[in-house]
Amino acid sequence: MAPVLQSSQPWVEKYRPKQVKDVAHQDEVVRVLTNTLETTNCPHMLFYGPPGTGKTTTALAIAHQLFGPELYKSRVLELNASDDRGINVVRTKIKDFAAVAVGSSQRQGGYPCPPYKIIILDEADSMTEDAQNALRRTMETYSKVTRFFFICNYISRIIEPLASRCAKFRFKPLSEEVMNSRILHICKEEGLNLDSEALSTLSFISQGDLRRAITYLQGAARLYGSSISSKDLINVSGVIPQDIVQALFAACKSGDFDLANKEVNNIIAEGYPASQMLSQLFDVIVEANDISDEQKERVCKKLGEADKCLVDGADEYLQLLDVASNTLQALSAEFAAVADQSVVSMFRLQLILSAIAELSFDLLCLRFIAAEMILVGAIGAGGAVGVGGAGANVVAVAGGGVKSSRS
Amino acid sequence: MLWVDKYRPKTLDKALVHEDVAQNLKKLVTEQDCPHLLFYGPPGSGKKTLIMALLRQIFGPAADKVKVENKAWKIDAGTRTIDVELTTLSSTHHVELNPSDAGFQDRYVVQEIIKEMARNRPIDMKGRKGFKVLVLNEVDKLSKEAQHSLRRTMEKYSASCRLILCSNSSSKVTDAVRSRCLNVRINAPTEEQIAKVLEFIAKKEGLQVPPGFYDRVAAKSNRSLRRAILLFETCRVQQYPFTNNQVIPPMDWEEYISEIASDIMSEQSPKRLFQVRGKLYELLSNCIPPEIVLKRLLSDLLRKLDAELKHEVCHWAAYYEHRMVLGQKAIFHLEAFVAKFMSIYKAFLLATFG
Repeated sequence: MAPVLQSSQPWVEKYRPKQVKDVAHQDEVVRVLTNTLETTNCPHMLFYGPPGTGKTTTALAIAHQLFGPELYKSRVLELNASDDRGINVVRTKIKDFAAVAVGSSQRQGGYPCPPYKIIILDEADSMTEDAQNALRRTMETYSKVTRFFFICNYISRIIEPLASRCAKFRFKPLSEEVMNSRILHICKEEGLNLDSEALSTLSFISQGDLRRAITYLQGAARLYGSSISSKDLINVSGVIPQDIVQALFAACKSGDFDLANKEVNNIIAEGYPASQMLSQLFDVIVEANDISDEQKERVCKKLGEADKCLVDGADEYLQLLDVASNTLQALSAEFAAVADQSVVSMFRLQLILSAIAELSFDLLCLRFIAAEMILVGAIGAGGAVGVGGAGANVVAVAGGGVKSSRS
Repeated sequence: MLWVDKYRPKTLDKALVHEDVAQNLKKLVTEQDCPHLLFYGPPGSGKKTLIMALLRQIFGPAADKVKVENKAWKIDAGTRTIDVELTTLSSTHHVELNPSDAGFQDRYVVQEIIKEMARNRPIDMKGRKGFKVLVLNEVDKLSKEAQHSLRRTMEKYSASCRLILCSNSSSKVTDAVRSRCLNVRINAPTEEQIAKVLEFIAKKEGLQVPPGFYDRVAAKSNRSLRRAILLFETCRVQQYPFTNNQVIPPMDWEEYISEIASDIMSEQSPKRLFQVRGKLYELLSNCIPPEIVLKRLLSDLLRKLDAELKHEVCHWAAYYEHRMVLGQKAIFHLEAFVAKFMSIYKAFLLATFG
């Protein structure tokens, strides 16, 4: 492969931390791994958390720091979702690699070089259950000479036997300060001008995902040159400007179907992606103070269903129109009666939402099942979670939960 | 030559709409290395035009000399070999193809062709670029597996091959692919912009156009520039010199669907349903995509309905369209929608008039 030109190298790669201690905001993991570096002993690891929080970076960094560039090739096997990872690969490639014995511990060129190999399975949640099952025994049999690092977004997709064999670490979404300091560092290195408004926009649109923030930044820098405004960032990121979302919301509030239809038509003609629209509309709905819980619950449930339909490949215009008409009906007078109580229980919904951000959402679902709180309709929407991009579905479940807990 | 092709802007400087995007793109490719690009926007908004102009900007006039090839690939997929045939449009610097034509085998096409292009890497000489460009159309129709296999390939061969992806909606392109590209949103031109373009064409053609005529064509075009120009040319053929009250002919299939809409509004019975079935089959056998039929039918119905029924009808339209995507045969779902509508409407009529 030809060397990649400096300019075309993504900044995400360029500014990827090379050492474990440089990984931002994940103190627990960093502490444990620094310890590992000293004692050269480590358990199997399972890293989970939302995208762009440094899971892969940490795994690669520790592997590099343990073995150094020379031994890295022979000691580390890295597999991610784009490699074939069916059950055959687990049975042959992974097993073969795991089975090879390595020499005893001796420091080489300043690296600890512990007497085991590391297998990094990136995006492990996309492995089939069969493949995961095939790993169970392999992990134990070769635990003397091999350590497994699993990396995934949703811990619920890792089968329990595997999860229980690993030390689990959750990666938190990055806080705004940490994110800003990294972004400013990159801006300084690349000679970019970023005002404070653009900075806050960037952390808003990337929502704790540092990789996304850096990608947007690079995209904007490529298109618009060295001084970047918040509008440029919004353009590059595909986020829909807030006034358009508000216009749709206002049209729904007005109760006029034709107006809402016109807004939806406009959104589609402007080329804004409907899935993005749904998630931004959801933010607006949750934060709105003047509508009741019942109304919110109803809208959120529909958002969840529409999200599922979009994942299935349904038409954007029709789904968005359906959502708009549903919102319009929900916001009309008949549901507004109970608006006065909304403060207390909306607070509860917010709590649940922040719980989703904190824990991975499967835990939350479990909690609901235990309390037998899920409404039948909410289960229907929640069942779609397994299928894919389903943030709004979780919310539909949460919305249903709030409703039932009140009644 | 159709006006649509004749007046397609050849360079980024000559773009009549999306000037700002064109300028940014120009800056992008002249100053530095070009990243992977993803163009998305509704049909007729100028994505392809911009892509062609961009290629010309990068490679010069050589990008114009395209040849159509019917390529066949023999792909070795483990235990068996797969034959895939696909029509490609290629010049010395770029290859353009519709991977979704290959159906469920699109994954192999995507992987194979990129590898092939990467093998024949052009030499980086003065005035030449050291990479080729692969233009993939309709990426949103690409299967999930194909998109997944794209993402690794995109990174691996990024030194010798740039991808330009083109799709109607970016929500059907997976996040992984989207985040590896520079996203360029192309919105549909506004009616004023369309009118401006039509005026430009009329001037070049030396036509006398009555005032307000452009606006009427633009209003009929659904904010699709391609359609506006085609309509304009149709009007020119139909009757010239233009008159102020000249009717702008609607598309025949649209008229046909309006007919269906008034059919089902006027009578709701199994017999009528049977007649409508014949008409729907007629549309489908003329290759009108079923989702477009459904959308058009909905918009026709919405125009005539009472406000209280609109919500329900549009809910069922969304419902049956979703089913249509999941299912195999479109006619079932179209007909189910018609039947559903009939029952809703009949119930409504009975409730109001007794």
